[in-house]
Amino acid sequence: MSPLYVSILLPVLAAAFVIAGAPARRTALTAAVMNLLLAIYVAFAVGAREGYHFTYSLPVFLELGLNLAVGVDGLGLVMLVLTTLVTVCALWAAPEPENRKGLYYASLLFISAGAVGAFVSTDVFFFYIFHELALIPTFLLIGIWGSGDRQAAAWKVTIYLAAGSFVLLLGLLGMYFSIPEGMRTFDMQALRKLAETGAVPQLKWVYLLLLFGFGILISLFPFHTWAPQAYASAPTPAAMLHAGVLKKFGLYGLIRLVVPLYGETVDALSWLLLLLLAGNILYVGLVTISQKKLDWMLGYSSVMHMGYIFLGIAALNLLSLTGASVLMFAHGLSIAALFALCGEIRARTGTLDFAELGGLAKTTPKLGLLFGFAAMASLGLPGFANFAGEIMIFFGAFARGEGLAVFNAYQVVTVIAVWGVVISAVYMLRAYRAVFMGEASRSYEGVTDIAPHVKIAVLILLVVLLVAGFVPRLLTSVLTPAIFWP
Amino acid sequence: MIPVNPLSLETCVVAIGILLLMAEAFFPKMEKRSFATAGILGLLLVLVLSFGVDTKAPVSAAPYASFYRADALAMFFKQFALVSTILVLVLSMEYARTVERFIPSARKGAGLGEFYTLPLFACAGLMWMASAVDFVMIFVSLELVTLAFYVLVAYMRKNLLSLEAGVKYLILGALSTGFLVYGITWVFGVTSQTNLENISQIIPQLPVGAQPALMFGVALVLVGLGFKIAAAPFQFWVPDVYQGAPSPITAFLSVASKAAGFVVLMRVVQTFCVVPAIQTKLIACLVVLAVVTLVFGNLAALAQTDFKRLMAYSSVAHAGYLLVAIASIGSAISGQAVVFYLAGYLLMTFVAFYVLIQVEQQTGSTKIDAFKGLAKRSPWMAFVLLIALLSLAGLPFTAGFIGKFLVFSAAVQQQHWILLVVGVLTVACGFYYYLKAVRVMYWQDAAPDAAALQMPLLAKVVTGVLSAAIVIFGIYPQPILQLLR
Repeated sequence: MSPLYVSILLPVLAAAFVIAGAPARRTALTAAVMNLLLAIYVAFAVGAREGYHFTYSLPVFLELGLNLAVGVDGLGLVMLVLTTLVTVCALWAAPEPENRKGLYYASLLFISAGAVGAFVSTDVFFFYIFHELALIPTFLLIGIWGSGDRQAAAWKVTIYLAAGSFVLLLGLLGMYFSIPEGMRTFDMQALRKLAETGAVPQLKWVYLLLLFGFGILISLFPFHTWAPQAYASAPTPAAMLHAGVLKKFGLYGLIRLVVPLYGETVDALSWLLLLLLAGNILYVGLVTISQKKLDWMLGYSSVMHMGYIFLGIAALNLLSLTGASVLMFAHGLSIAALFALCGEIRARTGTLDFAELGGLAKTTPKLGLLFGFAAMASLGLPGFANFAGEIMIFFGAFARGEGLAVFNAYQVVTVIAVWGVVISAVYMLRAYRAVFMGEASRSYEGVTDIAPHVKIAVLILLVVLLVAGFVPRLLTSVLTPAIFWP
Repeated sequence: MIPVNPLSLETCVVAIGILLLMAEAFFPKMEKRSFATAGILGLLLVLVLSFGVDTKAPVSAAPYASFYRADALAMFFKQFALVSTILVLVLSMEYARTVERFIPSARKGAGLGEFYTLPLFACAGLMWMASAVDFVMIFVSLELVTLAFYVLVAYMRKNLLSLEAGVKYLILGALSTGFLVYGITWVFGVTSQTNLENISQIIPQLPVGAQPALMFGVALVLVGLGFKIAAAPFQFWVPDVYQGAPSPITAFLSVASKAAGFVVLMRVVQTFCVVPAIQTKLIACLVVLAVVTLVFGNLAALAQTDFKRLMAYSSVAHAGYLLVAIASIGSAISGQAVVFYLAGYLLMTFVAFYVLIQVEQQTGSTKIDAFKGLAKRSPWMAFVLLIALLSLAGLPFTAGFIGKFLVFSAAVQQQHWILLVVGVLTVACGFYYYLKAVRVMYWQDAAPDAAALQMPLLAKVVTGVLSAAIVIFGIYPQPILQLLR
């Protein structure tokens, strides 16, 4: 047996207990904290060693060679820590719902279990289906406890993600059946060996199915419209978990499967990915600037930041891929912190409209300070892990054009991406000014400062971001051995 | 252990059926429920016996080998028919109150005897169908099933909807039988054989000029079977018949009758896929059927406001996915895909109907709105229905997902692009209309005066077992796939 099974089962069991009537918040938090401790133990046990550890496998379907197999390498480990950390913070920062507490916490725990399962699975099939475990809880969370036009948002995100997952499933099946008979496998370690020997046929249609399947889940331009709407309507902890963790599933899949197996095709069709990611950065960036509400702006900003990670993937070298992985981790923490604070602002003032807010920093100085930190982290200020990730991506991507007299596509897109940082600064600082600075456009009588439990949750996230930002080697030394490209 | 003779299974089922009918006639004062109980116990016994059949026994040894086969596939579908008949009988007992209201009878419950015994004859027919390897045998067993259903569909004879359903089913059933028989005569005319194995041996020796006639015959057979499995464009009887028939019979029709149709279809398609020229044409036909069925079933289901009608269209939609697997017959996992899909379909459809019948009896409506706030009015029913609906939609960790996974694996292997594209779109549609029911149960509140709903203990146990099976087979499908080996 492997402790990784425990890390999948803990949230599921806790959810079962919560539904059966155990004290919801306490049970959920206990399970989440235990899971985080388990993840930290696994992290120390594995360290910067190469290969998969804590592996174990249960055969499930012999004809197709499906196994409920688990194991972590550096990349999986970072994602596991991210998931368990954000889960603790999301549950901690979660405001108590007015009704059906059990279902609320159980849904959150199921999202967490799905994400953990996806990141520790070494079988492609289970990697895929664990992710789907989060679909229905998201539907219920947005539909029952959401805000704004929650029904439309719940439908949109569910149908979009279901269809995207199905495209992905076809891509995975295409990948499996395109491998010559006798070598077919769903096992990630075996697949990586196949990739090293170049035995995987470079089929364009399989790559495109995988790219768009994962892309829809990551909100790749132009399939991004579900994300801002869902995050704006979702209850705070659901937005934290979904934007912080679950969306990383697609990126993880690209780095873990697509880049090693279809690296040559990624390279051959690089113009497509570069074009789309430029859309993510420029087009969505400009859309973000024009947002009039904080929750929508944060949703769009999270779509935009996916563009940098795509750039790291498209550039296909050690520096850029490691940078993409670091940024995945950093973005997960920073967006979770921002959504937690955004939820606090909504709970205190009842609105997130920039026109109705202003001067909040006088009344709630701590909330303002923390929001400032999280906003700076998100736009990539040096000192936060986001900066480490972005700088590695920019250097890595720019290096693709070395020795050429004229700019090539990678360098053009890198320049666009660097301007994207400026766009980020524009919308983040404008949002900060609109909410916290200037004259108060209304009286904030009776508005209290940030709730202590949210403060602690956000502080944890920010401290981790700062530590990883000052000592990025903590992440890169673990990640580098796990990165592979042809 | 002494191997059980496979023929004895059907004989037992028919014998139990006749015994119960006689008892009904000679002891009119007997409690009618006891017929259902006796039927259930009898079928359970046959089910146990069926595991004693040796499926590896040499085929030619048996004297009936020319028309009857007891291979693993046949045994699986015999057990399938037995399980679904048992579930239908349990459902019928729950549904008795509604049926009573619509049959004229001097004494309370007097007319229910046949309602409990006729499913046994349908069951025997289904079991024979599973084993039939001769066109004559296929036809006779199919008729036995259909005759029992003619009566059962129109059973609530003071209910106009039920009568309408009965008439529609009778006329269209007769029409489809006509197609089937006519097709069989064409095939017989060309090959002078009715045994499927003989036919497949003769086809390669036929002159090329005989192929159009043979294809014509096969196409007619496909039309006839298309009616039985509710494939578009032969599905138009489905919504009205499903809605009008007594709910347990609707479940029976949509699960067992469809499954038997697919076994026959599988055997027939295999028979004719021996010559490449015929195989390509046949598969092209199946692909078209599958596309039309998927698109029609799913699009029509989107707009439904009645749960029973929704299940009718969803039954058409699932026939589409099964046809995708049949159209991928060249793939090694195509057969397993059909079998697993049907097994999962049995579990989730019956759970849905168990809940539907409780809601129908206690609120008097089958509208989706009748399920409003079910999560509060009966958390258990809402929960098991949630599992069933998610499985019908094809969400992972349910049997429905593994079924779709196998079906689309087969299609990817055979590179049926058009089916895959249509499949993606229809799966997304499916999420919408199944989740619509989930939304009503979990998001919306019931009317303030709505009473809590109860589910009898037996139904609770059955739905619990079935929905647990949905999840278990969704994680560990091996046991069902093993049955085929």
